[in-house]
Amino acid sequence: MLTRIRVPETAPTEMQTELGSVTLRDVRKTFPAARRGAEPVTALADLSLDAVPGEIVAVVGPSGCGKTTLLELVCGLIAPDAGTVGAAPAALMAQRDLLLPWCSAVDNAALALRVAGVGRERARAQAGALLRDFGLDGFSQARPHELSGGMRQRVAFARTLLSGRTVLCLDEPFAALDALTRQEMQDWLAGALAIAPRTVVLVTHDVEEAIVLADRVAVLSPRPARVVATLDVDVPRPRRRSDARLVALRERALQELRG
Amino acid sequence: MIAAVLLLALVGVWEAYAQLSGVEDIVLPAPSAILTALVDDRALLWSNFTVTAAEMGLGILAAVVLGLACAVAIHFSSVLRRALYPLFVSSQTIPVVLVAPLLIAWWGFGLGPKLAIVALVCFFPIVVPTLDALDRVDPDLRKLMRTFGASRWQTFRMVEAPAALPGLLTGAKLSVAVAAIGATFAELAGSDAGLGNLMMKAIPQFETARAFAAVLILSVFAVALFGLLALVEKRVLPWAHQPRGTAP
Repeated sequence: MLTRIRVPETAPTEMQTELGSVTLRDVRKTFPAARRGAEPVTALADLSLDAVPGEIVAVVGPSGCGKTTLLELVCGLIAPDAGTVGAAPAALMAQRDLLLPWCSAVDNAALALRVAGVGRERARAQAGALLRDFGLDGFSQARPHELSGGMRQRVAFARTLLSGRTVLCLDEPFAALDALTRQEMQDWLAGALAIAPRTVVLVTHDVEEAIVLADRVAVLSPRPARVVATLDVDVPRPRRRSDARLVALRERALQELRG
Repeated sequence: MIAAVLLLALVGVWEAYAQLSGVEDIVLPAPSAILTALVDDRALLWSNFTVTAAEMGLGILAAVVLGLACAVAIHFSSVLRRALYPLFVSSQTIPVVLVAPLLIAWWGFGLGPKLAIVALVCFFPIVVPTLDALDRVDPDLRKLMRTFGASRWQTFRMVEAPAALPGLLTGAKLSVAVAAIGATFAELAGSDAGLGNLMMKAIPQFETARAFAAVLILSVFAVALFGLLALVEKRVLPWAHQPRGTAP
C-alpha cells in the first residue's frame, strides 16, 4: 500500500494559520494574438467562482478552455482585464512536479521555506518531518530522478504545503501519472487534506478526480470559459469511488461538459 | 578502447612508411624518432610546456569568469542582450592571426597578450551554452518561485544559477580545444618560450621530430584538461546526466 498518513505530533505553525477564501467576480481575460494576423484569444469571459475557507472546489472543463489561466489569476501571476479577483496568498502546484534535479527531496520540499528566509537547518527539519508524514521516510536525501512519479508529486505537494499559503491551486496535479498511481495519489491527497485542511482550487479534466476529491465541482464551457454548472458533492469522507451518489454525480458532470 | 586500437594501427602504418619509404627524418619523422626526441629533449619540452599550460589554463579561467559575468548580465537585461550579443558574435570573426601580433606589439612578449588571445577565442564558446542554459530554465519554475514570493535574485540564486552550471562546463570543455590553438598562434606571433615557440624554432633547425613531440605534448595536455573537466562535471553535476529528465 502506498502510504499511511500519520498526524504530525507537533504540527508546524504554518499548518494552523487561518484559511483563506477565493472570490472571482465576472472575470475576463484576453490574451493578445500570438502572431500577426491571428485573433486575440479570450480565455475567460465573465467567470465567477468562489471557494469559502477550507473548501475544496474542483474546476473541470474541456482542454484548452482556460483552466490554467484561472489558476494564474488566483495566484496573482496575471491580472484580469475586467472583473475582480480576491484571494488569500495562493501557492501553485502544477502537473509537472518541477522539482529541482540538483536538490535532494528534503531540500526541494524546503524550497519555499528557504525563499521565506528560514535557515537551512530549520527548513530541513520541518521539510523532513513532513516528508516522513507523507510516507517518504528514508527518501529525504534522494534526488528527484531516484523517486517514482507518485513520490515526486508528494515531494512537490510537501513543498506547496510548506509555502505557508492557505490557498492551494492544483493544476492537474496527477495528470502525468499512470492510472493506478493516479488513483492512489487521489486517495492520498484526500487523506493529506483531511489532516492539513486548505482552501483548494483543483483544476482537472478528470471528472472522477473532481468528484472524488471536491466539495463542489464547477463545470466550465469551452473557450471563452464560463461556469455552466455547479455540482455540490454532498458525500461524507472517506469516499469510495463505487459509491452510487458519486457515480451519479459523475454522469451529471459529464452531461454538463458535453453541453 | 576502439580509439586506442585505431591509434596504434595508424602509428604502426606511419612507422612502417617512415622506415621503408626512405623519406627523410626532417620531412616526416618516424614515431620512434618522435619518442626519442621526447626523451632526449624532456627538460626543454617540460620548461616550454609549463609556459603554454599556464597560458591555456589561466586564459580559460579568465574566459570562464568573463563569460559567466557577461552571460548573467545579458540574461538579466534585454538592453544588454541587444547591445552585446552581436558584438560577441562579431568578436569571433576577428582573425586571431591579425590580433595576435598587434597585442604583442602593444603589450610585449610576456604572458599578458597570450592570456588575452586565449581568453578571446574561449570567450564565445563559453558564453553561448551558459546563456542558453539560463534562457532554457522552465518558465513554470519561475512562476512557482513567484508564488512563493521569491525575489528576482532568489530565483537566480536558487534556480537559474544551478541550472546554468552544466552549460558553463560544456562551454569550458569546448574552449579547451580552441585554447590550444589560440596559445600556439599567440606564441608564433611573438614569444620567447612555450611549445608554440619551440615548434617555430625547431623547424628551421631541422629538428622536425622535436616539433612533433611538442605537438604531441600539447594534444595530450588538451585531452587531459578535457578529461579533468568531464570528471568535475560528473562529480559536481551528476544530476545533469540523468536519463530520466526532470530538467528545469
